[in-house]
Amino acid sequence: MNNHYDLIVIGSGPAGISSAISAKENGSNCLLIEREASLGGILKQCIHDGFGLITFNEKLSGPEYIERYIEKFKKLNIDYLTLAFVIDIKKTPENFILEVVTRDGIKEFYSDSLILACGCRERTAKGVFIHGTRPYGVLTAGSAQALVNLNGVVVGKNVCILGSGDIGLIMARRMVLEGANVIGVYEIKDTPSGLSRNIHQCLNDYNIPLHLSTTVKRVFGYERLEAIEIVKVDKNFKPIDGTEEIIECDTLLLSVGLIPENELGEKIGIEIDSRTKGAKCDNNFETVIDNVYTCGNSTHVNDLVDYVSLSGKIAGKMTTIKKDSPRLLKDIIIKGNTMYLVPQMLNINSDLSNVEMFFRSNCDLKEPIITISVDGNIIFKKKYMVLRPPEMEKISVNLSQVNKDSTIEFNIEGIKL
Amino acid sequence: MKRVICIECPNGCALEINEETLEVTGNRCKRGEIFIKSELTNPKRTIQTTVKTIFKEVPVVPVRVSSLIPKDKIFDVMKEIKKVVIDKKLKIGDVVIKDVLDLGVDVIITSNKLNEF
Ligand SMILES: Cc1cc2nc3c(=O)[nH]c(=O)nc-3n(C[C@H](O)[C@H](O)[C@H](O)COP(=O)(O)OP(=O)(O)OC[C@H]3O[C@@H](n4cnc5c(N)ncnc54)[C@H](O)[C@@H]3O)c2cc1C
Ligand code: SF4
Repeated sequence: MNNHYDLIVIGSGPAGISSAISAKENGSNCLLIEREASLGGILKQCIHDGFGLITFNEKLSGPEYIERYIEKFKKLNIDYLTLAFVIDIKKTPENFILEVVTRDGIKEFYSDSLILACGCRERTAKGVFIHGTRPYGVLTAGSAQALVNLNGVVVGKNVCILGSGDIGLIMARRMVLEGANVIGVYEIKDTPSGLSRNIHQCLNDYNIPLHLSTTVKRVFGYERLEAIEIVKVDKNFKPIDGTEEIIECDTLLLSVGLIPENELGEKIGIEIDSRTKGAKCDNNFETVIDNVYTCGNSTHVNDLVDYVSLSGKIAGKMTTIKKDSPRLLKDIIIKGNTMYLVPQMLNINSDLSNVEMFFRSNCDLKEPIITISVDGNIIFKKKYMVLRPPEMEKISVNLSQVNKDSTIEFNIEGIKL
Repeated sequence: MKRVICIECPNGCALEINEETLEVTGNRCKRGEIFIKSELTNPKRTIQTTVKTIFKEVPVVPVRVSSLIPKDKIFDVMKEIKKVVIDKKLKIGDVVIKDVLDLGVDVIITSNKLNEF
């Protein structure tokens, strides 16, 4: 194996695999690096169905979806390393240098372009404020998911779940199927974070109560968790005195959000968008650093794997297209009820005839209208029945008329539900 | 009026049906109409879970039912699945239980991980 590549992809989830396939199909000599023992990323543990509706028009499980791509990846004879952890990246005037811990010791690899597809990590107990001891039995929903779905270990018998994110909802159902008693899901906000369909098919189907405007204040237990104290909160998330309740349980799963993983990229200067918490990018998924691309959950937390694969496909192809002129980046101004927009900027010196845009609203909206305007003139308009923060939307827009002096605005307006 | 959340896709439309005229509203596509009607007469679900294997490298493999089953049979089917221990290197799509509980659906493997070590 040569140590010089056109492209190195970090991460073998749907984003990384798709990007490597598309780069290779467009003639790139690329290497993919994965820290785990096998390819596939988070989907290996997502055994529930619902993946690939857009791409395959089928409701596949996570492993079924990703293994279709892995099969293609292997047929293309793309170089890859598993059990290889990228610990450092340096940028030199000529190329990028990656320091990688492999089974044969620390090695250096060189590439002209990089795709960062490291996915995201779960917020942990440290990220939320809970008083009390740190007993065994308090863990993230994703860790519990890995234990049961990959190792066959069911983490507890009487389970409470903090946070109504999709992983927590899916784990509520999973634990019940494995014979556990799921006592309740507690959500600090007054609306659930997860998709409505998951509330219905994971909680309602199994009579698991969802308590909104409620949080966990304290945990009890020395070796093993014995109980939690829950409390109702007001509009400002302030605990309401006198509403405390003690609930006996041996397990508390945390489903309090995901954070895009970009520590490596930050070492070479990529910028993080404060709204997505992921890497800021242009319409070709190139970050603020030339030749460094982002895709999948490290760009923003996706709820549809199809869009993860799509972002990888675009990024992979773009690494193979030679730029005739240097990039000219222009920020898109976001307004109204927009929670976030990807891409955050446009490269004026690239093809803007079909820009894929991903966005969320910051609250539940009835009959919202999305508008994109250039210098005050509306050039795109779309109406929705409803928009909710948990449901990401995508549009494809022709922005060819944008030039270096244009002001581009993205706006969501609607009636708050 | 009966209200149901459609679970056919991530849009999760809030469906409503007029029980007299059977008119459905709130659906963004045709599947919603089919879903609410079946949900009110004969609700069906899929299940995905894991089965044990004898291989220590891969202690469990994921499985699912090949098609929808009645919602009230979920726990009965789970019981059957839990009886299975896999001792062969099966691959994606291979049948673990044929025609489980005479429901006309199979329990199938959803990963090739047993062939990877
Ligand atoms: C629990 C859960 C449930 C979901 N449910 C659904 C659903 O029902 N339907 C749906 O369509 N989508 C669903 N999604 C969303 C979708 O699966 C994810 O958005 C998608 O898997 C993200 O892909 P990714 O490639 O960006 O990241 P990942 O799949 O997380 O892959 C990132 C990879 O990078 C590797 N990596 C990270 N850092 C390094 C490093 N320094 N060196 C080497 N390797 C590294 C990691 O080991 C990992 O393999 C779900 C996601 C989760 C987490
Ligand atoms: S009605 Fe159609 S669009 Fe709406 S959730 Fe059901 S399948 Fe999805």
